[in-house]
Amino acid sequence: MTSRKYLVLALIVVFASSGNTLLSVGMRHGPDQKQGVSVHHLGQLILSFANPWVICGTLLLIGFLTMYMTALSWADLTYVLPATSLGYVAVALIGRFVLKEHITPLRWAGIALITVGVGFVTRGRSHTPQKERMEEAERRSQ
Amino acid sequence: MSIQTIYTWTLIALVVLASTAGDTLSAQAMQKIGDFGELRRRIGIRGVVVAVFRSPRFLLAVAFMAVSFFTLMMALSWADVSLVVPATSALTFLTNAFSARIFLYEHVDRRRWIAAMFVAAGVALLSK
Repeated sequence: MTSRKYLVLALIVVFASSGNTLLSVGMRHGPDQKQGVSVHHLGQLILSFANPWVICGTLLLIGFLTMYMTALSWADLTYVLPATSLGYVAVALIGRFVLKEHITPLRWAGIALITVGVGFVTRGRSHTPQKERMEEAERRSQ
Repeated sequence: MSIQTIYTWTLIALVVLASTAGDTLSAQAMQKIGDFGELRRRIGIRGVVVAVFRSPRFLLAVAFMAVSFFTLMMALSWADVSLVVPATSALTFLTNAFSARIFLYEHVDRRRWIAAMFVAAGVALLSK
């Protein structure tokens, strides 16, 4: 793994967590705050696409999808998914230190488990070579 | 078991299945297209974008991701977010590991299984 590839994994975390946060803010502060935005108020849902928070959130999520596909072009799915789950931790820490939310001991335990899981998977290899995949496919067909 | 519980878990199962299908198909499409870095040097960014959008597997993956998103919205309008979000996220980590092993022929060793289980348990706890 090169430093450029680690940067792509880090960008997945940043784009996903910031994109989801901005979308969430935009959806909660829709054009009509009393009614809010939901699938039951489709008019509000369409109007919300003009909301700057929603636009920025959508652009960040497009960035996330681009980086995610880039990572999948050179790494295994079972490597990329756990390695980028630090996004859950990032959102929880933003909640704690920026939005001053309370984090229960159970949530801290969750953060610790995810961090251990990420550390575990990133110390292993990131890609199953094509030759190994073909051998595995042949073994199963026998 | 009440009808509401059955309906909630059916929707959760649908979200997990559609999300796993989307992830597996997109991984398969990207594997077939090849390393974006090398491809970009050979045919440029435009060529990479064209290759991605011409992949039927990628387009099918996007369709499954859309199904997963709208089913999640339905589940959220029916059941508590504190159940739906952790259950779907945590289960998707595990089903993806099985799917990658079966359909993508990935070498899912003990290290990756343990990582998937730690992350799944962590996500479940994070939503408590």
